[in-house]
Amino acid sequence: MDDMYREIILDHYKNPSYKGELDPCDLSFEDENPLCGDHLKIFLRVNENGIVTDARFNGHGCAISQASADLVVESIIGKNVEDLKKMTKEDVLDLLGFEDLGPVRLKCALLSLKVLKGGIYGVKDAEE
Amino acid sequence: MSLSNILQDFPILNQIDKNGKRLCFLDSAATSQKPETVIEAMNHYYRTINANIHRGIYQIAEEATDAYEKSRKKIQKFIHAGSASEIIFTRNTTESINLVANTWGRKNLQKGDLVILSEMEHHANLIPWQILATNQGINLEFIPVLENGLLNLTEYKRLLGLQPKIVCVSGMSNVLGTVPPIKQMAVDAHKAGALFLVDGAQMAPHMKVDVQDIDADFFAFSAHKMLGPTGIGILYGKEALLESMPPFLGGGDMISKVYLRSFTTNDLPYKFEAGTPAIAEAIGFGAAIDYLNQVGMDAISKHEMEITRYAIQELQKVPGLKIIGPTDGFRGSAVSFTLDYAHPHDVAQILDSEFICVRAGHHCAMPLHTRFSVPATTRASFYLYNTLDEVDRLITGLEKVHHLFG
Repeated sequence: MDDMYREIILDHYKNPSYKGELDPCDLSFEDENPLCGDHLKIFLRVNENGIVTDARFNGHGCAISQASADLVVESIIGKNVEDLKKMTKEDVLDLLGFEDLGPVRLKCALLSLKVLKGGIYGVKDAEE
Repeated sequence: MSLSNILQDFPILNQIDKNGKRLCFLDSAATSQKPETVIEAMNHYYRTINANIHRGIYQIAEEATDAYEKSRKKIQKFIHAGSASEIIFTRNTTESINLVANTWGRKNLQKGDLVILSEMEHHANLIPWQILATNQGINLEFIPVLENGLLNLTEYKRLLGLQPKIVCVSGMSNVLGTVPPIKQMAVDAHKAGALFLVDGAQMAPHMKVDVQDIDADFFAFSAHKMLGPTGIGILYGKEALLESMPPFLGGGDMISKVYLRSFTTNDLPYKFEAGTPAIAEAIGFGAAIDYLNQVGMDAISKHEMEITRYAIQELQKVPGLKIIGPTDGFRGSAVSFTLDYAHPHDVAQILDSEFICVRAGHHCAMPLHTRFSVPATTRASFYLYNTLDEVDRLITGLEKVHHLFG
């Protein structure tokens, strides 16, 4: 468990590159992990071709959830929204450099994906 | 029995991890560990006298019934209740409080009636009353918690002026460690014409309880936090009150006569014990009471107070650490804290790598965490089997957290 707090996690937790808010933004969504009170909001700017041109996250939580949010947000800039829908748990674990996490910490790691997908599918619903 | 050789009685606490570290269990406020005698009492039931109670004519059924009822008497003596018929077996504290809300509450509370709780209640003593507020339109008021973790008793006096029907408070906070002056609070509640319910989930394991001295109308607690098994708890209620209350769950054992369209209820305490109960667990609970009595509740309180004082003193030396709850005076052994550079989940994870178990989160008391403007805390809680050395291990673990995150 000691290597759960490797350099990459601590770096992104202590000095996140994408923490903040986007105003205006095309899409924002927030959610929380009620078990631990972690709260996360993600902001996206999307151009007419469906490409994410900028993204930020804000909120509070443990090192795993915050580092995950920073890495996920970094990874989606420049990508098509349709491609983001295909993002999986494995993709997030790859970003964090974990092969696996226990069931409890997995929820921390995947909060960012849950929020991201919630936001994207929310937009889709609105269009329909 | 002295406290020095106690560890050998708890098989789980003698586990060594791959780094040669012994299990350091600092989460007894969530659930306690079980001594060999408790585990053995339940094994004995299943191996030799497993039979349903209160009905079999054969020998082992009588022995099972006898063992089950003996446990009830042990529990009666342990909390100094006047009669064994005031001791109702439930699943846990939560079910005990739900029983009161659903029977006494539904019968006696009308729209607009007031129930007083406190801001430090855990969810078991909050949600049953919220459900009643939604369904029956009763009002809830809350005794505020002061910055130092104590209850605001001036405000309590004011709330009593609003003519509440019942006051329901914890005898010891599972987050703050606060021990409210419940005896005086019960006097005040009774003067105001209200009943007084004590959520004893944290109190019963850690200090001597005398329900008659407190003059509690109801007292609820769980076996698993006091060396007993999970799945069994107690509701104590004054006999006249219990007699006046309608039944809770319907089924076998709680009936006297049954017709196709009606029934009459059994006598106390069976009126509130529908269906086959947790027999092995009740017997295990009896063994837990025996163990606690052998050590002595006063000795346990004293031991915990010593460890808690030492823990608070050492924790306050950790950089950026803030204790949520009283730091002096008589208090319980649950010590919750925040570190301004690390999230409780990360703290707990790093301590886990040292084979130290602490709780991280809101400890089933979300409104209390909101009150202190923290989403979560880390909690270390101590019991009779914990040692001063384990406090040192906790502090060393927290130094590691500081090194990584600070």
